[in-house]
Amino acid sequence: MRNKQFLVALLTFLVCTSMAFAGTVSGKVTYTGTPAKPKPIDMSKEPTCAKQHATPVTTETVVTGANNSLENVVVYISAGANDEGQVPPQAVSYEQKGCQYIPHVLPMHVNQELKISNADQTSHNIHPIPKINREWNKSQPPGTPPISEKYDKAEFIPVKCNIHPWMHGWFVVLNTSHYDLSKGDGEFKLPNLPPGKYTITAWQEDYGTQTADVTITGNETKEVNFSFKAKAY
Amino acid sequence: MGKLFAITIVIIAVLSAIPVVMNYWGPPPDISTHGYAIDEQMHETMWEAGLSFLAAQFVLAFFVWSFAGKGKSDKLKDFPGGAKWLVIAALVFVGTEILALGAIGQKAWAAVYFAAPEKDALTIQSQAGQFAFYFRYPGPDGKFGTPHPDKIDEGNQNFFGLDPENDVDSRDDITAAELAVPVNRQVNLTMHSKDVGHSFYVRELRIQQDYVPGVDLAVHFTATVPGKYEIVCTQLCGLGHYNMKAYLSVLSQEDFDKWLKDHAAQ
Repeated sequence: MRNKQFLVALLTFLVCTSMAFAGTVSGKVTYTGTPAKPKPIDMSKEPTCAKQHATPVTTETVVTGANNSLENVVVYISAGANDEGQVPPQAVSYEQKGCQYIPHVLPMHVNQELKISNADQTSHNIHPIPKINREWNKSQPPGTPPISEKYDKAEFIPVKCNIHPWMHGWFVVLNTSHYDLSKGDGEFKLPNLPPGKYTITAWQEDYGTQTADVTITGNETKEVNFSFKAKAY
Repeated sequence: MGKLFAITIVIIAVLSAIPVVMNYWGPPPDISTHGYAIDEQMHETMWEAGLSFLAAQFVLAFFVWSFAGKGKSDKLKDFPGGAKWLVIAALVFVGTEILALGAIGQKAWAAVYFAAPEKDALTIQSQAGQFAFYFRYPGPDGKFGTPHPDKIDEGNQNFFGLDPENDVDSRDDITAAELAVPVNRQVNLTMHSKDVGHSFYVRELRIQQDYVPGVDLAVHFTATVPGKYEIVCTQLCGLGHYNMKAYLSVLSQEDFDKWLKDHAAQ
């Protein structure tokens, strides 16, 4: 009996300490040089979408903010994460709205449920183009229920619409849930990291990847910044 | 009964001729310099085919009327000279008719397709792909950059596969989803298909031409009335065919210059 109480106490202690020792990696993604100007998208052939945008929507290949910050960069743990196979129970959502993909870049865990919905008054035909996962494309007329899918291998998958050629996005399928998408100010945060050695990768759809190694020893916040060289064209 | 059938034939023939003669479903106003020739050709074809149709129906009705009520034992008369000469006469008549229409019509056709465009014609490239049209203007340098199919990046609005990093000519090229043309100036429109067969059809312009994959074609036209007209794909090209359209904007020279300037700044 006494042994059992001791075990529970020990377990509680261990859980509490491991939580207390959860580290965080945070930082900012920026660029150097001059990025290409985003180009306006002419949606006049699809009036139901065109009228949803007071000012023309622009391409999202490279989205920048103030102080050279870079948005929509996926920052994730590419080595050292111990949550492979721990598929989050909640689904991630991808929406087709105003003939755009929202969000433009969607990170998810391998085998996590992906829900794709159509909020437009026109049909879309979503066509992700993977190289190692199974390829499919699905039509989704207005008012149809969301499409449920999942990917069983880690991959960066470009997504296009077979009806509206300007629509473009990305599914980023990862072996970890330790990821973040850089915000408008370029900032990202990877919390709840147990002590260990990690490789952090930042992926930008046009500029490629960058990596950094980080060691978390306890309850600490490590700062890691990434800087990409912008392409003029 | 036979006579009633003959009367019915005449009624149907006359009723079906009324909308054509009264021009109920005429084409929209023509906005091009060559369109009148197409319209004349259509008009002539309609008259000739229409008169032949009516004549054939009336002859049929006449015979039905004449032979109505005859019994099985009644002797039938042979057509003078036999059926052979009748068939030969019909073939010659129809053949001459079709050849004549073709010979007269080739002028209208050649004006759009075979005659060389004028020297100062504005060349615009058009590209059809599932399921949108895109148009390219050479920009201030007057030169089109070379397209590279492997560089096509639709998510980045690079529909023609340009390579501005290495190809200087392509840097000032203007790509648009709308076909803007100056009024009263000849436009030489080159036509390229990115994937499957498509078609460029503007009713008001009296031009309908297929995009053929692997073959770059060209048509030339001069638009004479400013306005906005619909360009539709009239070749079944896949799932989104119903939705494949763009707009033709015929602008005054001043507005066209402004349009080019606005698009170049993007």
